[in-house]
Amino acid sequence: MSLGFVMLVHADLDRASQVARYWVENGCPVVIHIDRKVSDAAAKAFAKTLSDLDTVRFAPRFNCGWGTWSLVKATQVASEMMLKEFPHLNHIALASGSCLPLRPVVEMIEYLSEHPRVDFIESVTVEDVPWTIGGLHQERFTLRFPFSWKTHRKAFDAYVRLQRRFGVQRRIPKGIEPHLGSQWWCLTRETLSGILEHPRRRQLDRYFRRVWIPDESYFQSIARIVSRQVESRTLTLSKFDLQGKPYVFYDDHLQHLRKSDCFMARKIWPRADRLYDAFLAPAERAPRKTEPNPQKIDRVFSLAAERQAFGRPGLYMQSRFPKDDWKIAKTAAPYSVFQGFTELFEDFEQWLAQRTGARVHGNLFDWTKVSFEGGARVVEGGLPASVNLRDSNPRAFLTNLIWNSRGQRQCFQYGPYDRQDINPLIFWDDNAHLSVISGAWAIKLFRSKDLDFNAKRREAAWMQSVEDDFLSNLRKAGLPARVRIWTLADFIADPMEYLQEILNEIEPNTPRRLAEAPRMVDLTGFGLFLQQLKNAGMKPYLTGDFPIDGESTEVKAALSKPYLVKADR
Amino acid sequence: MGVVDRYRLRLERKRWLIRAFRKRRQLTCIADRTDLIKDGDILLFSTLRNEKIRLPYFFDYYRRMGVNHFLMVDNASDDETDEWLIDQPDVSLWQTGSSYRRSRFGVDWLNWLQRIYGDGHWTLVADVDEFLVYPFCDTRPLQALTDWMDASSIRSFPAMLLDMYPKGPIDAQTYVEGQNPMEIASWFDSGNYQYSKNGKYGNLWIQGGPRARAFFQDQPHSAPALNKTPLVKWKSSYAYVDSTHMALPRGLNQVYDEYGGERMSGCLLHAKFLNTFVEKSEEEKSRQQHYGKSREYKAYAKHLGTTQPDLWHEHSERYINWRQLEILGLMSKGNWA
Repeated sequence: MSLGFVMLVHADLDRASQVARYWVENGCPVVIHIDRKVSDAAAKAFAKTLSDLDTVRFAPRFNCGWGTWSLVKATQVASEMMLKEFPHLNHIALASGSCLPLRPVVEMIEYLSEHPRVDFIESVTVEDVPWTIGGLHQERFTLRFPFSWKTHRKAFDAYVRLQRRFGVQRRIPKGIEPHLGSQWWCLTRETLSGILEHPRRRQLDRYFRRVWIPDESYFQSIARIVSRQVESRTLTLSKFDLQGKPYVFYDDHLQHLRKSDCFMARKIWPRADRLYDAFLAPAERAPRKTEPNPQKIDRVFSLAAERQAFGRPGLYMQSRFPKDDWKIAKTAAPYSVFQGFTELFEDFEQWLAQRTGARVHGNLFDWTKVSFEGGARVVEGGLPASVNLRDSNPRAFLTNLIWNSRGQRQCFQYGPYDRQDINPLIFWDDNAHLSVISGAWAIKLFRSKDLDFNAKRREAAWMQSVEDDFLSNLRKAGLPARVRIWTLADFIADPMEYLQEILNEIEPNTPRRLAEAPRMVDLTGFGLFLQQLKNAGMKPYLTGDFPIDGESTEVKAALSKPYLVKADR
Repeated sequence: MGVVDRYRLRLERKRWLIRAFRKRRQLTCIADRTDLIKDGDILLFSTLRNEKIRLPYFFDYYRRMGVNHFLMVDNASDDETDEWLIDQPDVSLWQTGSSYRRSRFGVDWLNWLQRIYGDGHWTLVADVDEFLVYPFCDTRPLQALTDWMDASSIRSFPAMLLDMYPKGPIDAQTYVEGQNPMEIASWFDSGNYQYSKNGKYGNLWIQGGPRARAFFQDQPHSAPALNKTPLVKWKSSYAYVDSTHMALPRGLNQVYDEYGGERMSGCLLHAKFLNTFVEKSEEEKSRQQHYGKSREYKAYAKHLGTTQPDLWHEHSERYINWRQLEILGLMSKGNWA
């Protein structure tokens, strides 16, 4: 007899009975504390299921509440009984009714006999503890908590605030440095009796009685002054979520639990039949000496906690609908918005698609149609090219498009002649990469054959005001969107340079020299057209300065070297 | 939300409960096995009409999931629906010949039954063509989920309607009694849903999917709502307002995170588009017993009338399991692992 279990039980008694029997039959005595809340009849029935075993004892029962002293009290009483009744034990482990041994007890005993003087108790100073239920660290030990956090949260919080306000503090007993840690420890006989028979025990008990969640700090703190060697970890695998609630293990965790090589786990779902069957079955393999290795299963649960706290960026769904806040990503992946490029280049979309592997759509927000790449009627996710459905929620249309096609860069054309509903979204989205050639809409009008000059003039004035508004918003300081703006005249002066810049941005890891420019539209007479607009009283200032003869020397130069070869940048 | 608004919602909730109370006489109990309901049992409530063909699979599905008792309201079926239901050992059955529309599409009846029998239980409200999928549903019974929610102080679980459809015309394949309807209607749209917040009840309003795409392009705002909160730890003071789209008190509708995190959610696979749908929509159009004077069914009938529509497209997803829905972002494990 070298290892004994103190077991705190409050529900699912049949499972607790199964586990207690397992330990006893494998040579470990068990002292069980049954919560006072369990009816006498149920407690009696439970005791009866273990009545054939010699080394089971039942401790006097207390009424236990979450995070209260009663849990420590119950543990103390049961531990005292354990030390008295079974004087030959070397180690005593604290377990709950929903603990399950994951490895044969022999292996645990073997492990402990190799560490005969070591106390396995997680015990961390308050400052270093990441879990902060209710936002309390050191204050757990210096304030008073007469109200239950679970049932009287408001009173609890108000009383904490009141004490902070008036600076009321309790004094921590001399020699005690508050430590926190998992409730489930495995202590040597010497340490446990050292704690229970501590000369200042009455004083310490009186102090810890009013500490918040003493079951996570009483043994953890006192062990530090009693123990010869504290190994600050627990042999019981248990994971807690952000609210301090223990994660539960189910049948589908079987393989993870096996591979963890931990000695015990908590807490097990009482109906996880496969787990109970698998781990309480007689060992089929020879005892192994392996260190516990819970990293893998830890990861499963830390991912879950992460998912709950941060979610998947850019996803809008039934249980994630973030407020419009600049700190929260609005879309799932980077995308590019091009304004003015299809006006200037005949085949810009094909050209870009060929060179980048990106998905290059046309004008997605045109008033009369939705131009997906290749004129598709439906794209990924079942997003239809429907103007009505798009307009009923343009933001959702764009965020859906980006979410649905994660893994492939999305590009689309935009212009002052499109609906402008999504502007606030793209301005405030750091995934948005906007490249704008201002005034390029004038080319569209210049080449239009349907409109007479007066209509063109009207349209020009309207587009210019829309684009002006767009640009003045875009130039505001501090926008997260990545923005490039050229005037039409500037862009034409060195298109290769700027196009290269854009390609590098879309595919930063494959720097490629730009060998072929897209075909620029014929701008003969464009300068004259701009002059006509001016003559008609409408000044197209967003285009930049164009000479009247239509083609400046710079433009000519640019157009005469479309096969410009540039050095890698 | 101010005191006045809150009080107004309280009055509204009372009004729905009174309405449910008044409608109670429309229900005649013809199989009462409610004495079998034990503490902690999970209860399923459903209204149906002429759905005999769907029942065997429906019951099989939910029994395997761990539903303990079924409380059904039969609205004047004239096939063998009630004979079949009466024979089931875990069914309590009520009958009514009254108007489905005037009981607000069954909500009043079910509110009443939930008030009487649902108090303190996890209650699931699902039509016979709706199949709940929740995280880990292939390895963990429903009670694992409800236990976890109890421990997390969560009292309602959202599951949006995911419209399933076959490849090819809706009536091309014939559904056989007992068959898994998802063998035929195995496709869905993975990402054309629109979410917006309903300020009054605090729920998310979800529209989209194949129905919006195929039938409601001209009037997107009339497209059917897809948000549902079908699984609730019921109290007799609760009431559903409009189907299970929203409930009162409004805290039950706050099933989503607004600060970037994800909460737990599932899906209700909606196997409506089987060959049975074609005749049903003809019938329902004339009965005018559905929402908005069967506006939805009229829209379908208009489209169905000429040629059978094919809801399938090259980007349709074929249903595999809950993990697929999770990856696609239609549901979430939240904090559960």
